[in-house]
Amino acid sequence: MELTGAEIVVRCLQEEGVEHVFGYPGGAVLYIYDAIFNQEKVRHVLVRHEQAAAHAADGYARSTGKVGVCLVTSGPGVTNAVTGIATAYTDSIPMVVLTGQVPTHAIGEDAFQEADTVGITRPCVKHNFLVKDVRDLAVTIKKAFHIASTGRPGPVLVDIPKDVTRAQCRFEYPKTVSMRSYNPVTRGHQGQIKKALGLILTAERPMIYAGGGVVLANASEELNRFAELLDFPVTTTLMGLGGYRSSERKWVGMPGMHGTYEANMAMQHCDVLIGIGARFDDRVIGNPKHFAQNPRRIIHLDIDPSSISKRVRVDVPIVGDVRETLREMIALLEQTLAAGQKTNAAAVANWWKQIDEWRGRNCLKYRSSDEVIKPQSVVQKLWEVTDGDAFVTSDVGQHQMWAAQYYSFDKPRRWINSGGLGTMGVGLPFAMGVLLANPGAKVACITGEGSIQMNIQELSTCRQYNLPVKIVNLNNGYLGMVRQWQQIEYGSRYSQSYVDALPDFVALAQAYGHVGIRVERPKDVEPALREAFGKYKDRLVFLDFITDKTENVWPMVQGGKGLTEMLLGSEDL
Amino acid sequence: MKHIVSILMENEPGALSRVVGLFSARGYNIETLTVAPTEDRSLSRMTVVTSGSDEVIEQITKQLNRLIDVVKVVDLTESPFIERELMLIKVRATGKEREEMKRMADIFRGRIIDVTDRTYTIELTGDGQKLDAFIDALDRASILETVRTGSSGIARGERVLKV
Repeated sequence: MELTGAEIVVRCLQEEGVEHVFGYPGGAVLYIYDAIFNQEKVRHVLVRHEQAAAHAADGYARSTGKVGVCLVTSGPGVTNAVTGIATAYTDSIPMVVLTGQVPTHAIGEDAFQEADTVGITRPCVKHNFLVKDVRDLAVTIKKAFHIASTGRPGPVLVDIPKDVTRAQCRFEYPKTVSMRSYNPVTRGHQGQIKKALGLILTAERPMIYAGGGVVLANASEELNRFAELLDFPVTTTLMGLGGYRSSERKWVGMPGMHGTYEANMAMQHCDVLIGIGARFDDRVIGNPKHFAQNPRRIIHLDIDPSSISKRVRVDVPIVGDVRETLREMIALLEQTLAAGQKTNAAAVANWWKQIDEWRGRNCLKYRSSDEVIKPQSVVQKLWEVTDGDAFVTSDVGQHQMWAAQYYSFDKPRRWINSGGLGTMGVGLPFAMGVLLANPGAKVACITGEGSIQMNIQELSTCRQYNLPVKIVNLNNGYLGMVRQWQQIEYGSRYSQSYVDALPDFVALAQAYGHVGIRVERPKDVEPALREAFGKYKDRLVFLDFITDKTENVWPMVQGGKGLTEMLLGSEDL
Repeated sequence: MKHIVSILMENEPGALSRVVGLFSARGYNIETLTVAPTEDRSLSRMTVVTSGSDEVIEQITKQLNRLIDVVKVVDLTESPFIERELMLIKVRATGKEREEMKRMADIFRGRIIDVTDRTYTIELTGDGQKLDAFIDALDRASILETVRTGSSGIARGERVLKV
């Protein structure tokens, strides 16, 4: 039997086990929407803006490891989604983006709602396709899922002209796909692994530096075991939070611009650095010249060869899947240790003494207050109220850093944020994707009054699908991170960082059919959170916390500075 | 330093723009670029002449390999190779210049492939330096038009770039 292109699209999604598609209809995708209407396996979630469709699919993928799927129409549908696609690309999130296109005969004629989708998205996708023949549709969608989810994951876009969705052909979904030009390495080089172990066993000041790759590769169990065997300190980046249990003594916090004193000092002064699924990003190692001033040997495990020696010269590169490589290293290490060979325990013990001394600076302490709500304390209370077991999505800015610093993650895929692109407005749609993938889970969106307004329309989507997100709005009336930089680097000239004429968020939440609670006093923080996760468990609750207006995120390594050139607090200004 | 990077890629629409887009997005240089299908029509062979430090060239080859359409990448400059470029040059050929032009073309082993009363069109192949040298050897005022293909390259000996 022959199917239409639109039916083929839906059948492909069913074959891939896709349960949710986030999207927004429009002229070029009407046949596809018709095919969605005629079945029940694939559930469509109607967002209120295409950017949110991409973010929600992204959040869905981040919290599950499955490929997130979104569907938008041609032209403005695609251009609206671009921010969401770029966000997923920068953080290597597996996603398939289906886009409508004007009919093939109209392409290039500046047709209504025509945009060069493949051209516009080329730099922010892992790969994209334009399907010009219905007979290529199924295999192209198969390839898209394959490419998105293997190797270093990423978004793959399939652009489908309207006439292709109407044309018919026989449907056969390929079971497997092989591409001569795409064969990602999974297994690390044995010689390199041995070489790395040699360095590890003789290290005097070792340091494990794990990034988002650990989460993406589902390697946190292996990472925990690896660190356990060695008793080495571990730092996890913003993208790697939860990849290692933060309740472990060996965890020294997050490194980088707003990393802990001990993590940054240890990164700088270690003699063997073991980078795992991390990319030596500018927000993590600061100025690469300054970083290179201290000699150290670097081992780097990564699935993507281009991440290796990109910003920092690496001594022992190991290209491969992080989980598989760690497993091999653990097996080899266990053998070696069983055979009586040991790590340099005496030196490592001294190193721990040094690290504990750095830890003693207690760099995350802040002055608490009975008068004004400290944003850090809200995050800490949220951790208590949710037993440290919530999914936490965040937007971008100060609140994001406080969430990362004060909500301790013990499990991977619980911390969902835009680390690479730094996209304001992701928090709420991320939370929608997380909740649809994990029904019944506790999901908090930590945000600010700037970020939340960038996708506030999604409150409507949350109402339609009964998504009980708890929005934790740290409202200080400023674009806080911008204000902080202006205070420190621009002589306190607060150019356009004050947000005037804020809406009444409580009334706004109510207008959308949700619960709104304003919290102005420190003593009301915990009761409000308990109410949100208790009495209003099944409702979306918008918690508007009026916080200290001028609190800053500490520690801070200013742009261009070295990792150890930290400002620990306002007294350092 | 100058490097000649050879790329074997799927002969798909848009593949060229992926390569070019990569170079511009990451701020790499392209001095010349040539591309055409190979004897196997499903593949294209591209030669890019670029320059940069060893680190930059390493990144260029790694980034090219990341492109889904790219099958293989080789930096030809790493071992002995042959580089050839084709130039067509139209020159003024009148009076005593006419004889001189013929002689110059012969010296550089070029061929005159089109003739009018007032012009010659000369075909010249060689590496980029040879073509530069020919241009330098002529009086600039006598050059009417030049068109160069950019370099194509291939490894010497038995090394081959194939699927």
